[in-house]
Amino acid sequence: MKKSIDPRINRLDLPENKDGKEILHALEEWETYEVFHQKKRGDQHIHTGIVHAANPELALIMAKEAFGRRRQTANLWVVRSKDVTASLYEDADIFLTTPEKTYREASDYYCMDRIRKYQQEHGIKDRKEDRRKKKESD
Amino acid sequence: MNYSDKQLNEIKEFLYKIADDQLIIGHRNSEWTGLGPLVEEDIAFSSIAQDKIGQSQHIYEILHTLGEADADTIAFTRPAAEFNCSHLTEYPIGEYDFSLMRNFLFNHAEQIRFEMLSESSFEPLANLAKKYRGEIKYHTMHSDTWINQLGRANDESNTRMQKALNETFNLALGIFEESGNEESLKKMNIFAGENILQEKWIESVTPRIKAANLILPDKSNWKPVYGGRKGNHTEYLEPLLNEMGEVFRLDPRAEW
Repeated sequence: MKKSIDPRINRLDLPENKDGKEILHALEEWETYEVFHQKKRGDQHIHTGIVHAANPELALIMAKEAFGRRRQTANLWVVRSKDVTASLYEDADIFLTTPEKTYREASDYYCMDRIRKYQQEHGIKDRKEDRRKKKESD
Repeated sequence: MNYSDKQLNEIKEFLYKIADDQLIIGHRNSEWTGLGPLVEEDIAFSSIAQDKIGQSQHIYEILHTLGEADADTIAFTRPAAEFNCSHLTEYPIGEYDFSLMRNFLFNHAEQIRFEMLSESSFEPLANLAKKYRGEIKYHTMHSDTWINQLGRANDESNTRMQKALNETFNLALGIFEESGNEESLKKMNIFAGENILQEKWIESVTPRIKAANLILPDKSNWKPVYGGRKGNHTEYLEPLLNEMGEVFRLDPRAEW
């Protein structure tokens, strides 16, 4: 078996075959866990980084300080990286024309003039406008 | 509440031993910074070290309001004989198994002590205990998870954790050395006593040690290492204090 740089692994005296290599790989290369951070209860969990750990419980322990020590945190998730199913970068062309589809964005619709006209005709107060004016006068 | 001078001295001694334990174990744990077994653990263990030093600072600040010197002077200029820390906290970091096991045994005692103190009639202490409840909970989560992992991972890790437990257990029993003020503190409703704390601690660590496939030393072999609470220390404390206070003593009046 090829010597490891880690004497603790050499002391395991692993067999000179594929099994030995697999055991060594598992010992030398811990799994990675994707960390998701939630700032406040009810907020979405947002992916924030990766930690190495031997199991999910230790991953949470590591994630708490690696990604929670400098900001407000309500909750953390850790997910084994290998449990994530990802799209392929070579298929990124499926997203190619998305930016053109502005009709999927609310800002693409001009309707405020029609809403204001309707409000005026029916004597409906524009509460948003009132609030804005009040704020200005304060 | 008004305390007599005698009572006040008993309270101060009690505060000193709690804070000194935290400062010294915090400093020891900080010696792992940059040397941790992996970067994530390096960060976590260093944060825990900082937390403990921060908690001791808070207690030294309470002592300052009771007429003692300011926190930095208390922390950095006292000779070893004026420290009341337990021997457990003084020992060099050894290998990671030793440091983890020491932290595990210490954290449970600290967590239970703070739970008891949250009911204390001495309000600054009760408030402090409530404030740091979550911080200390994370410390026990950290050490419980590691003890469980390494106790069960393989023969080598189990053997090393068992050896670390055997080495640290009697030292940890030294945490509960009585000061002679137990009755008085109990009467004042400040603290219910070291013997009660030790009983609760045994209840808390025993199932976790078992679950980690480790064996708690048999009661007939329990030999608590006392002395720390009376100012008698190991040879390791003085070099630690010299190093810890080195920069402060260059110019005690410097603003940080």
